[in-house]
Amino acid sequence: MIGRDQSSQALSQILESRSSDRGNLISLLQETQEKLGYIPREAMETIADFLGIPPVEVWGVATFYNQFRLTPLGKHHTVVCIGTACHLAGGNLILEALERELDIKAGETSADGNFSLERVACIGCCMLAPVALIGDRIYPRMTPFKAEEAIIPYRQSNDGNTAN
Amino acid sequence: MSFAAIKDRARSEWENLQGRTHILVSAATCGRAAGSQDVIDALGRELARHSLDVPVIQVGCMELCYADPLVIIRKADSLSVAYANVTPEIVPRLVEGYVAGEDPCLELALGTYEDGEDEAACIPELPRYEHELRLVLTRCGRVDPENIDHYIATDGYSGLEKALGMSPGDIIGELERSGLRGRGGAGFPTFRKWEQCRKAEVKPKYVICNADEGDPGAFMDRVVLESDPHQVIEGMIIAGYAIGAERGYVYVRAEYPLAIKRVRIALEQATELGLLGDDILGSGFSFTIEIAAGAGAFVSGESTALVAAMEGRRSEPRTRPPRLAEAGLWGKPTLLNNVKTFAYVPPIIEHGANWLSSSGTEGSKGTAVFTLAGKVVSSGLAEVPMGTTLRRLIYDIGGGITGDRQFKAVQIGGPSGGCLPGSLLDSPIDYDSLREAGSMMGSGGMIVMDEDNCMVDAARYFLDFSTRESCGKCTMCRLGTMQMLRILEDITSGRAKLKDMDRLLQLAEDVKDGSLCGLGRTAPNPVLTTLRYFRDEYEAHIRDKTCAARVCKDLIVYYILPDRCDRACEHCVLTCPTEAIKGGKGEVKVIDQEKCTKCGTCLDVCPPEYDAVVKLSPVSSLPSPDKTERSAKK
Repeated sequence: MIGRDQSSQALSQILESRSSDRGNLISLLQETQEKLGYIPREAMETIADFLGIPPVEVWGVATFYNQFRLTPLGKHHTVVCIGTACHLAGGNLILEALERELDIKAGETSADGNFSLERVACIGCCMLAPVALIGDRIYPRMTPFKAEEAIIPYRQSNDGNTAN
Repeated sequence: MSFAAIKDRARSEWENLQGRTHILVSAATCGRAAGSQDVIDALGRELARHSLDVPVIQVGCMELCYADPLVIIRKADSLSVAYANVTPEIVPRLVEGYVAGEDPCLELALGTYEDGEDEAACIPELPRYEHELRLVLTRCGRVDPENIDHYIATDGYSGLEKALGMSPGDIIGELERSGLRGRGGAGFPTFRKWEQCRKAEVKPKYVICNADEGDPGAFMDRVVLESDPHQVIEGMIIAGYAIGAERGYVYVRAEYPLAIKRVRIALEQATELGLLGDDILGSGFSFTIEIAAGAGAFVSGESTALVAAMEGRRSEPRTRPPRLAEAGLWGKPTLLNNVKTFAYVPPIIEHGANWLSSSGTEGSKGTAVFTLAGKVVSSGLAEVPMGTTLRRLIYDIGGGITGDRQFKAVQIGGPSGGCLPGSLLDSPIDYDSLREAGSMMGSGGMIVMDEDNCMVDAARYFLDFSTRESCGKCTMCRLGTMQMLRILEDITSGRAKLKDMDRLLQLAEDVKDGSLCGLGRTAPNPVLTTLRYFRDEYEAHIRDKTCAARVCKDLIVYYILPDRCDRACEHCVLTCPTEAIKGGKGEVKVIDQEKCTKCGTCLDVCPPEYDAVVKLSPVSSLPSPDKTERSAKK
């Protein structure tokens, strides 16, 4: 996880090159998330100050869109597609298997910061349904058992407690 | 440089390429998901090993998604051969055999592009191509989307050049005669939007391309942007000229990084050649295009909600009028069209209205692009004339239903559309016929379902999606859909009563009436169509607690058939995550229903030669002694 000083430094770098036009709010949040991996509360307050709007308005936008997350991701971000084709092929069973194995619910990050789990609506490879992603790697035609097996190597690579 | 000079240069580069051996690899997001990047890397290594200077071109979607990654080796003086499902392991063989040598490895080929080869199929003569008509996808999978010269060499930007010599009124007149209707789903006549924007007196005006494709099962717009981005950009420039705008935006989902990258490259290349920017091709007309990355909200597909998102606000729709043509982005006149709508424009201008209007039906001209997925043999993309029947699309183009299963329904248009039954397979696909059947063209996502899919569960799935994506502005959309979802959950878990179906119908009408935008007004469609065409399934769930498709968890049990269980095998015992399966070596395995979480792992791992695990519904059909354990729990 990034320290508070680092994150405020990264944020001021982003704001330096931008105008304080209200219309920039979403792209500012996008850049912040790209740099920091998520949008910390302090970043929302800084952005609100910068644009001259109440922090609650930034909060309102940040919580409206699916793209934004307010908590840091795990080292191995795991995504299960619950698009139509994946759902019909049993995507929910894959999600349940991963929730059970990682002991977290969709939208959460494991206590050791090693895994986070997310459900998304369609990543656009319906012919490979049901699909899961760990990091950038796509796992096609999943079954509950294959999902269990897929996360094993990522467990082993867990070199200790990454969340401070 | 004049356009003629630009075109000459592009053509000579293109002809040069066609005159030598080159390799095409499908590298849209779908091809990449199937592993095309590994294949591209392997090709690079092998070509270097043989010291071969052969261009490897990363093209967009080749339509045959089931065959990805797809590699085509093209030779000027010999066969062009396509290889399906290529892996890095067979790449050395292909390079050695057909790039370095003369053996086309036909035993590995999907087919050739030439006639008369006995050993391999002729791809242009595949049955599906008989029924397809490529208007908007003509270049997809054939040109390098990151090379503007490929676009120009295949007549790209010729429509723009012609348009700049026409009056805006003539351009819009051509669109009117072509009969082009918006490809975003609702089917509003395109020329009318353009005309309203042209007539608006306020300046500046804006052009927006809606690439916020949010239907969870549709990706035509992504494919067009990833495979042929210039066609969309050219359509937008023509729109800017016709309505008198100087600035355009492509509003594209942030979830489509490759599409964003390719549009960005296309914009840079077009600007470099003077096709975008100040004084385009010396016409005095100036136009720029920027990319706006959407942050992910299904409701943003609605025009006023999209504008709110572009202004940095929560993506909530507003009442209309005023239409966007009067007060859109920043309160200025704005033209908003879908990706494909813009893509149809350049050839209409270049070849005339007849190019579009000569195909399709009376009310729906031209073609429709669909993504075909679900339980269909050849999933992928298809472009067919409007009016093509569902049967033709699913059986002749899609190759029919996978396995030995029976067709049950086809879902069209995602969360806004409906599930249509077998009795409607012969109805034509066009805006008006689909609406009559209770569905809509929508995004163009088409999901085929068989007997193993539960229609009540499908309706619940879409409702669940709509409740998550409702922006919350209208009470009926926010709470009404939630109530509908609760009822559907009751039905799928066996807690509902028959009269709940009437409440569902009543709520569906209320949600339609009480919602401002398309999301709420169409959210009940999946429920209404399944109730209309598959009422017996609802009744079976409610009355008999039976899910015939054995999908709804609360209505099924897993059971190991004692006479099929191989006593020596322990796959299920060892993999069951809750240790719910009893029976040591040499014994028949039995599921402890008390501990079973219905995760499906035992069914998954039971070797096919035994195939001993089955799902039963209703729960009460479980043979004893398991039955006793089950009732003890209740």
